[in-house]
Amino acid sequence: MNESVTPKIGVLALQGAFSAHVDRLRAIGVDARVVRLPADLEALDGLVLPGGESTTMSNLLGTFDLVAPLRRFITVGRPVLGTCAGMILLAEKILDGRSDQIALASCGIVVRRNGYGRQVDSFETAIDVTGLTDPFPAIFIRAPRIEQTSDDVEVLARHDGDPVLVREANVLAASFHPELANDDRIHRLFADMVRDAIDNDKISNEVR
Amino acid sequence: MSGSPSSVGSFPVKRGLAEMLKGGVIMDVVTPEQAKIAEDAGACAVMALERVPADIRRDGGVARMSDPEMIDGIQAAVSIPVMAKARIGHFVEAQILQALGVDFIDESEVLTPADEAHHIDKFRFVVPFVCGATNLGEALRRISEGACMIRSKGEAGTGNVVEAVRHLRSILGDIKKIGTADSAELFDWAKKLQAPLPLVQEIAETGKLPVPLFCAGGLATPADAALAMQLGAEAVFVGSGIFKSDHPAPRAKAIVEATTHFDNPDILAKVSRGLGAPMTGIGMDEINQRYAERGW
Repeated sequence: MNESVTPKIGVLALQGAFSAHVDRLRAIGVDARVVRLPADLEALDGLVLPGGESTTMSNLLGTFDLVAPLRRFITVGRPVLGTCAGMILLAEKILDGRSDQIALASCGIVVRRNGYGRQVDSFETAIDVTGLTDPFPAIFIRAPRIEQTSDDVEVLARHDGDPVLVREANVLAASFHPELANDDRIHRLFADMVRDAIDNDKISNEVR
Repeated sequence: MSGSPSSVGSFPVKRGLAEMLKGGVIMDVVTPEQAKIAEDAGACAVMALERVPADIRRDGGVARMSDPEMIDGIQAAVSIPVMAKARIGHFVEAQILQALGVDFIDESEVLTPADEAHHIDKFRFVVPFVCGATNLGEALRRISEGACMIRSKGEAGTGNVVEAVRHLRSILGDIKKIGTADSAELFDWAKKLQAPLPLVQEIAETGKLPVPLFCAGGLATPADAALAMQLGAEAVFVGSGIFKSDHPAPRAKAIVEATTHFDNPDILAKVSRGLGAPMTGIGMDEINQRYAERGW
């Protein structure tokens, strides 16, 4: 992995906690940019789908013709991190969603919106994450619950038995909010995934 | 599996929901049908209340917390967060709203204040609170009482954005000035603002309010929403402006789109077209009760 490469990572900024992701990415040396229109995706190495209201984001994705470009971005193998509402967007299937809600189906998970309850049930707790030495302080806000995972999905962390951080190929998804914690390790993990993808791209170009 | 205990209602958890509402539009609704229209349009939350501010202003009398049955109806109709208002200082109304499971409480000057000296001690609640402010001192006093979000008061129910602009400029202007003050001057700022020194020092260090700053009070058009965002608000509340207009559904959707693309005049021009008449609105010299003067 080439540490000297500065990855360009977009943060979907239709609605929600995008600024917290941008701040966190910039603090670890990433070139972070906001994405509001299809043209903003050009030249990006990776993308973050933040938390916020998933039905609002779904609505705006449709209105501003972002669905097909996003699917393409993920299908060609560029890394994507989805947190909370962003994870809902990435899911194969959404339970308790609106009937018109967009599921990009980029990650083999079935999620239930607000599966942990309302805001009065929101909580923070420390979770053990595969690959991290110390527990991660995870903040859950009206969080979606992962109810099923397909065979290709690797579970990196659980809370009370349910998966809360998963990875499938180039997609990393969390039901909690690493951008709100005072801890940048999950963003570093994602930035490494993006650097690896850039390196692999270079190698395949050289072979060609 | 993690064996750590989990904590509910901590400040980061409460502030976290305010963070999730950024870049969005929170709409006042008085019926489940209106709540559905708001959700269909892309609202990131709704504020459930019995009368929109324009009607409270027209009807006069004492304005109180909504009937729990009405709040239940709206909670059942939509899946997005539901907020509700409690009177300033009326901590029992807040206890009831928390028991109903509302997602955010607005301790609001739009309702008739219940206490002329004290706001609610918001640290005692699991549910997060938003409070209005006209200036930085007021904002910091509310934060020191536990508010997780500040909104401009504006002048609710007028359809006139002038007061919200005044409040935003005042709050953000003083934050800028504090950013250039030296450490000795911060003591004077704390005294002048009647605000806790540690919060003033925090602003000097970070250059921003410790909690999200939203805009409310008098917004009626997509351009109003974009104006608030360009001035530095992080999201907007629209009260009477939607359901007192001729065509609420398209206007609601246009305001959502304008809030997202607040810095893109081409999109703003496109979404502002053909929305029908906005709410009529009133000038500041035509009103006899300024809600913004409530709260201390």
